[in-house]
Amino acid sequence: MTTIPDDVTTRYEAVIGLEVHVELATATKMFCACATEFGGEPNSRTCPVCLGLPGSLPVPNRAAIEAAVRLGLALDCDVAPSSRFHRKNYFYPDMPKNYQISQYDVPICSDGRLEVDVDGEPTTVGITRVHMEEDTGKSLHVGGTGRIAGSDHSLIDYNRAGIPLLEIVSEPDIRSAAQARAYLAELRAIVLALGISDAKLEEGSMRCDANVSLRPRDTQAYGTRVEIKNMNSLRSLQRAVDYEIRRHTERLEAGDPVVQETRHWDEDAGATSTLRAKEEVFDYRYFPDPDLVPVEPDAARIEELRVGLPELPAAQRRRLVDDLGIEAEQARTLVGSGLASVLDDASAAGADAPTAAKWLANEITSWCHDQGIEPADAPIEGSALAELLAMVEEGTLSTKLARAALDGVLAGEGSPREVAQARGLEQVSDEGELERLVDEAIASQPEAAEKVRGGNDKAIGALVGAVMKASQGQANPQRVNELLRDRLAN
Amino acid sequence: MVALSDEEVQHVARLARVALSTSERDQLRGQLSDILAYAEQVGEVAAEDVPPTSHPYPLVNVDRADDPRPSLDREAVLSQAPRAEQQRFRVPRILGEAPDGEEA
Amino acid sequence: MASSDPTRLDAASLLAAYADGRQTAEAATRAHLARIDATDGALGAFLRVTGEDALAHAVDIDRRREEGRPLGPLAGVPLALKDILATRGTPTTCGSRMLEGWTPPYDATVVERLRAADAIVLGKTNMDEFAMGSSTENSAFGPTRNPWGLDLVPGGSSGGSAAAVGAFQATLGIGTDTGGSIRQPAAFCGIVGMKPTYGLVSRYGLVAFGSSLDQVGPLARTVGDAARLYEAIAGHDPRDATSIHEAPPTVADRLDRGVAGLRVGVVRSFLDGDGVDAGVRARCAEAIERFEALGAEVVDVALPHADRALPAYYLIAPSEASSNLSRFDGVRYGLRVDGPTAEEMMARTRAEGFGPEVKRRIMIGTYALSAGYYDAYYLQAQKVRTLVQRDLATAYADCDVLVSPATPSTAFGIGDKVDDPLAMYLNDVFAVPSNLAGTPALSLPVGHDADGLPVGLQIMAPHLGEPVLFQAAAALEADMGFEAAPAAVDAAVAAS
Repeated sequence: MTTIPDDVTTRYEAVIGLEVHVELATATKMFCACATEFGGEPNSRTCPVCLGLPGSLPVPNRAAIEAAVRLGLALDCDVAPSSRFHRKNYFYPDMPKNYQISQYDVPICSDGRLEVDVDGEPTTVGITRVHMEEDTGKSLHVGGTGRIAGSDHSLIDYNRAGIPLLEIVSEPDIRSAAQARAYLAELRAIVLALGISDAKLEEGSMRCDANVSLRPRDTQAYGTRVEIKNMNSLRSLQRAVDYEIRRHTERLEAGDPVVQETRHWDEDAGATSTLRAKEEVFDYRYFPDPDLVPVEPDAARIEELRVGLPELPAAQRRRLVDDLGIEAEQARTLVGSGLASVLDDASAAGADAPTAAKWLANEITSWCHDQGIEPADAPIEGSALAELLAMVEEGTLSTKLARAALDGVLAGEGSPREVAQARGLEQVSDEGELERLVDEAIASQPEAAEKVRGGNDKAIGALVGAVMKASQGQANPQRVNELLRDRLAN
Repeated sequence: MVALSDEEVQHVARLARVALSTSERDQLRGQLSDILAYAEQVGEVAAEDVPPTSHPYPLVNVDRADDPRPSLDREAVLSQAPRAEQQRFRVPRILGEAPDGEEA
Repeated sequence: MASSDPTRLDAASLLAAYADGRQTAEAATRAHLARIDATDGALGAFLRVTGEDALAHAVDIDRRREEGRPLGPLAGVPLALKDILATRGTPTTCGSRMLEGWTPPYDATVVERLRAADAIVLGKTNMDEFAMGSSTENSAFGPTRNPWGLDLVPGGSSGGSAAAVGAFQATLGIGTDTGGSIRQPAAFCGIVGMKPTYGLVSRYGLVAFGSSLDQVGPLARTVGDAARLYEAIAGHDPRDATSIHEAPPTVADRLDRGVAGLRVGVVRSFLDGDGVDAGVRARCAEAIERFEALGAEVVDVALPHADRALPAYYLIAPSEASSNLSRFDGVRYGLRVDGPTAEEMMARTRAEGFGPEVKRRIMIGTYALSAGYYDAYYLQAQKVRTLVQRDLATAYADCDVLVSPATPSTAFGIGDKVDDPLAMYLNDVFAVPSNLAGTPALSLPVGHDADGLPVGLQIMAPHLGEPVLFQAAAALEADMGFEAAPAAVDAAVAAS
C-alpha cells in the first residue's frame, strides 16, 4: 500500500469501536462444575451440561457473575438491577447446544467509561456494555493449511466449551490506532488488577475485534463499517487498525465505496483480507433462556464488591508518579504489565522506589521477555528486589554483579544474598586483601602512581582498573579509590 | 392471514438446519400457513402495556459456588460420538466461518 | 375384594401387602413383567423393558426388608418410566430415531429420586417423538394402543406410561406434561394424571421440549397413589436453576379431608364449549354436582383470555423446542447421516432423524423467533401468557380450585387426526392454561361416555396448591368410585 500524504489523511476521521472478550479465571465453567484449567487431554473436561447432552441444564457460576459486576464497577458502569440470559441460536460444530447462552437486551453492566491517554492527550471512551456468555469448543482443521478454508475435516475438543467469557463493547469513541491500542492496554491492565483473567492476547484468553469506519472530518454520519478479527497482540491491533484506516482512505480518495464486511488480519502479511461478506447476515433468534432466571444483585452486595475493588491502574499510575517519584512512562509500563505490586512490595521493604522501578521496567521486564513469560508472572518478590538493591547500596554488589545475582534469583536459585554467595559474586571488602591489591597495583604501575602523587587525579583510573582486574571485578571500586588516595596522598 | 412462500419455507429450513425434500416443503407450506394463521390469534389481544412472561414461576438469583466437580470419563463421552479421532469429535469439512469468526 | 394378583393392586395395597408379608417385591415384579410380556405385543406401551435390573432391585428390596434395613416410600412398587428421562446405562430415545443408540452417562434427578424411593423401574415407555403430540402416534417406533380399545389412541405424549398403568402392566407411571401430555392420556386411559407446579419437580435429565412449560408428574390408578408418587419426585434440585427452593407442599394428610367449605370454580366456557362431546360434558357436569353435594360451594368463573392460551402455547412451545432440539446435529451423540460438509451432514441428520411433527414444530418455532416476526409471534404470545396468568390469579383469588373437562373428547381412533395437525392440537385446549401459568392440575376419571370410554375431569389449583388439588380429587374419587375396568383391558388384549 502506498503512503498517503498527511494532507489527505487529515481530511478523514476514523471512528473505531472495540469488542473485547475476556476469558475468566474462575475455577469452573460458566454453567457447570467442570474445571477450567488450561491444558488437559482433549474432551477430558466435559460433562452433560457443557457437552449439551439431552436433558442437561445450566446453573450459572456465582464467581463469574461477581467478576462481571466487578469489571463493570471498575469501568464506571451501571449494574442492571435485573439482567437475564438469552439464547443466541446458530449452528456450528464447536457449539454443543447450537445456541450460545449470552446476554442480549439487558446486559449485567452498561454505560461506563474508560479514560485513555495517548502522548499526554486524554480521551474518554464510552463502555456500551459488559455482558456474560459462554465460550465455544476448539476445532482442529485437518488437511490444507490448518485454516478452515481448504481443510478436509475438523476435529473438535469441547474442553473450552462453557468457559465463562465477559464481552466488553466500547462506544465508537476511538479515533486512532494508537488510541485503540491504548484502550485495549488499559482494559487489560484493569482486568489484571481485578485478577479476573490472565488476559493473554497471544493465547486467546483476551480477544479483540475492531469496528472501523471513516468519515470526512467535521461530519457526523458514520461511514461504512468493517470488522477486523484475529489480532493477537497490542501491536497487531494497532497495525491492523492503521492498515484499515489507510485502506479506507485510499478507497475513499479513489471514489471506491468501502464494502461492509468482516476482515481477517494476517500478522505476517501485515494486511487484512475478506473473511465474510455482509450478505451473510445471521439471524440469531435471540430469546430469554427459559432454563435460567434473572440475575438481580442486591445493592448491598454491589456496594460490598465496589468497596473491595483493588486500586485501579489509573489511580495506581497517579500514585506511582505523585507519591513514589516514578517517571510517568515507567509508571505506565509497570502498571500495564502488572509489576506495580512488586514495586510496592519492594518499596515497603525499604527499596528506593525510583531505583526499584528502573530495575523492574528494564532488567526484570526484559528477562521475562527473553523467557517468554508475562512480566506479571515474574518470579520475584518485592522483598527480594529490595534486598538486591540494598546490597548494591551497601557496596556488597556492583551494579553489574547485581544483574548476575538477579538472574540467579529469577532462575529460582534463592534470595539475592544466597545467590551472590553461591555464585561468588560478593565484592571484596576485606581491608587486608584490598590493601594488598592496592599495594601491588602501585608497585606494578609506578608512573601512574607518580602522576597521581603529582596531582593528576585522572591517572587514578588506571590503578583502580588494575585492582579491579586483579580481583576479577569483585573489589569494591569505591573503597579501592579511597585506599589508593590514602596511599598516594602527599 | 399468513401464506408462506416456498422461499420462506426454504429460508426457515436453512435456519433450522433441516434438509427438506420438495414434497415435504410443499406439504409444510400449507400446514405451517394454517398453524400460523391459528396462532396469529395472539395478536388479536391488545397487550401493549402487558409485560411478557418468560418464566411461569418467579425466581431470581439462582447460581452455584465456583467449586469444581469431576468431569465425565472421556472414553464414555467419545464412545457416544458418531465419529471420533484423536480423542476429538470428527466432523466433515466446515464450510462457513463461525459468526464470531474465530478459527480456534 | 382384594385380589391376590399383584398387578391388580394399587401402590397403597401393594405396600401394605409387602409390609405384612403377603407379597414380595420380587413376586410382584415378576407378575408385572409377565403381564407386560403377555399384553405389550398388542398394547405397545414399552420401548424397552429392563426386566433384569427390575428383578435385581426387587430382590434387593426384599432382602433389605427382611434384614430390617431402611426402605424408600415406594419400596417394591413397579413403575413405568417415560423414555424422555435420562437413565444412566439404559438407552433413552424420546421416541425418536435421532437418539437411537444413545446411552446417557447420567441419571435424571427424577430417576435418582425414584431409585432413592425404591420404586422398581420396569422399563422405558413409548411417547410422541420428543413429547410432541397428543396420541403417541408420533413415535418413531410405532404407536401405543389404548387399553380400552386397541384401535384407539392412548392420548399423548405420555401415552406409553398412561397405557401401561391403565392396562395393569405397571402400578405407577411417570409422564411429562408440556401442554397436557400427562392429563390428556390419563383421561383417555381412565387413570389419574397430575402436573405439578412448575419448578417443584426437577427438569434435570428431562430431555427438554418447552423448557418453560415442561413438568414431570405422576400417573396412577388412584388419587392416593398419584399423591404418593408426587411426594417421591418433588423437591429442590440445585442442578435445575428453575427449581423451587422451598420444600414442596405435602399432600398425604389432605386426602381424607373432604371438600366441605371449598370454593370450586367451574370454567364455564370450557364446559359449555362447542367442541366438547356430549358424553364428556355430561360426566363432568355430574362430577361438579357431586362437589356441591359434598359441601363445596360451586361457582362459575370466566377466564377471558383462555381462548388465546392454545394459540400462545403453539408459539411458545415450538419456539423453545426449536432451540432445545438444535443440539441434535449428528456431532456428539445419536444419529448421523453423513454429508460432504458439516453443514450438509447436520441438515441431513436432522431431516432423517426427526419425524414430521417434530419438523413442523421446529419450523414454526424457528419462524416465530426469526427476525421480523419475533414481536408479532413470540413476544405477543408471552404477553398473552401474562394475561392468562392474570385470569387464573383472579379466579384463584375467589376459588380454591377450578374445574373443567380434561379434554374435549374421549379417546379417538388411531389415524383419525394424523393428517390434521390443528385438530390434534385442539386436544390440549383445556390443558395449556395451567402450563402457561405454571400452576398444578390433575385429570381424574369421572365415568364413561356412551361408548364406554373413560372421561376425565380436570381440577386446577394455584401455584403450590397441590394440597387442595389432591384434597378435591380424593374427595371426588371417594364419592364417585371410578374403577378402571381390567375386564375391558383384558378383553381388548385377548381380542387382538
